[in-house]
Amino acid sequence: MATALAKAAESTAAVEHAARIEHVSKSFPGPAGQQLVLDDITLDVAPGEFVTLLGASGCGKSTLLNLVAGLDRPTAGTITTDGRPALMFQEHALFPWLTAGKNIELALKLRGVPKSERRGRAEQLLELVRLKGSYGKRVHELSGGMRQRVAMARALAQDSQLLLMDEPFAALDAITRDVLHDELTRIWAETGVSVLFVTHNVREAVRLAQRVVLLSSRPGRVAREWRVDMAQPRRIEDAPVAELSLEITDVLRGEIRRHGQH
Amino acid sequence: MASTETTDPTADAPVKDRGDAGGLEAGLDALETSVASRTPFRQTFVNKILPPIVAVGVVLVVWQALISLKIVDDPTKLPSPADVGNEFRDAWLEGTLLGYIWTSISRGLLGFLFALAIGTPLGLLVARVKFVRAAIGPILSGLQSLPSVAWVPPAVIWLGLNNSMMYAVILLGAVPSIANGLVSGIDQVPPLFLRAGRTMGATGLKGAWHIVMPAALPGYLAGLKQGWAFSWRSLMAAEIIASSPDLGIGLGALLENGRNASSMSMVFEAIFLILFVGIAIDLLIFSPLERWVLRSRGLLVKG
Repeated sequence: MATALAKAAESTAAVEHAARIEHVSKSFPGPAGQQLVLDDITLDVAPGEFVTLLGASGCGKSTLLNLVAGLDRPTAGTITTDGRPALMFQEHALFPWLTAGKNIELALKLRGVPKSERRGRAEQLLELVRLKGSYGKRVHELSGGMRQRVAMARALAQDSQLLLMDEPFAALDAITRDVLHDELTRIWAETGVSVLFVTHNVREAVRLAQRVVLLSSRPGRVAREWRVDMAQPRRIEDAPVAELSLEITDVLRGEIRRHGQH
Repeated sequence: MASTETTDPTADAPVKDRGDAGGLEAGLDALETSVASRTPFRQTFVNKILPPIVAVGVVLVVWQALISLKIVDDPTKLPSPADVGNEFRDAWLEGTLLGYIWTSISRGLLGFLFALAIGTPLGLLVARVKFVRAAIGPILSGLQSLPSVAWVPPAVIWLGLNNSMMYAVILLGAVPSIANGLVSGIDQVPPLFLRAGRTMGATGLKGAWHIVMPAALPGYLAGLKQGWAFSWRSLMAAEIIASSPDLGIGLGALLENGRNASSMSMVFEAIFLILFVGIAIDLLIFSPLERWVLRSRGLLVKG
């Protein structure tokens, strides 16, 4: 499986897609034999596209993201990405023994950027997330929103074509979250990176994405997709955002209700 | 800004807001960042330095009272503070005081460095290799509770009355602590750090060097601190039990000499010196190191 993945990654298909997920299934050993978590997921992310994966608990969205990140292997199907994707978590996952700047430099170092260029590049990335002057700050000296921005800068330092985000703003307060939505939209537009963003917040999904993919739960399947054509930057309060959110929420609730019936 | 697709009457407002998004963010950052101030020296003195001085003062007063009020009236059981002070002064004037201390400290630190060199790779091995952990993990934890003085008789028989025997006893006392500290440090590395490291390409040796080792540092340091305490205790036990003219006079030997000479003030002198050195090494080396590591990670709770 690993060699198949590696070979596929070198093929030309990767150029047209930041990520291509084909007929991917994943099961884990459970108390009653193998438990199917993801069932035949097929999903492409085009270069520069912003896709949100939306679903209730148990839809396997984080599992899918782990598979795309290469942290785990699918039971069936193939996933191809153009190089190693960067991954952002709900927790900032910054290393507390390093300063904000050194966290970013570690990502650069592991990517093989020469020492002489790291400092300058790290300062640039900090400026991109509007944290100029925070190079020497320790992680615990930063607020939750600032930590997630440093984490974003560290993910961008991997210079990957694809940025995977696993509910990165879920633990933040609402005011900070709104601001970070604006920031993410701006950075996405400036860098041209593709984003696959997992969330259970419908409005957040609509606020950010060009395409919203709804997953059903247990097992996770692609239930429906929506294109979001509203121009960016949007606001979470915009009427069209609210309207589409309402529509998606109804479908999502329908999916959840199915689990209550036997 | 193509707002044609939206019929929202406030659609223009975001444009204005966004022009100042940086300012908004700077405001949020400022609101959420607390400014840490340095505690003034006066407060540090009252909270940290004064209490131990008072405690030592109280002990000295009670001690002197026991003598003055003739509650204990037997210098062979309890010498007066002045007698013990004289003992210190005599040793200092004869130039032997620093010699006693140095004999023990040099042995203790050298033994500790050996223990470090053995305990660290041993800890890594136990933490990372499942078979090794299953094989010697429990023994290593058990050895921590074995008083290292138990090793003195066999060490004397195996190695004779010399410095090697002292080092052997120190090693057997300190190595388990250091290795165990490293093992628990590595066990407590948050899995999130390992995942984050892996997505950045830190796997295998790179992962061990950039992620696991620095993340395990606080546990490792705690192990070192305990390892030093065990080294020092083991060494004193060895020096008290195994005295020989060839070994030079360390603090343990000084204590034993005091007992043989029935000089209680010399015994007290030795006890105070042993205590003093143990505390001094901890205060001068391990505590600052530990505080620095914890503070730089925001793990030190301000008391």
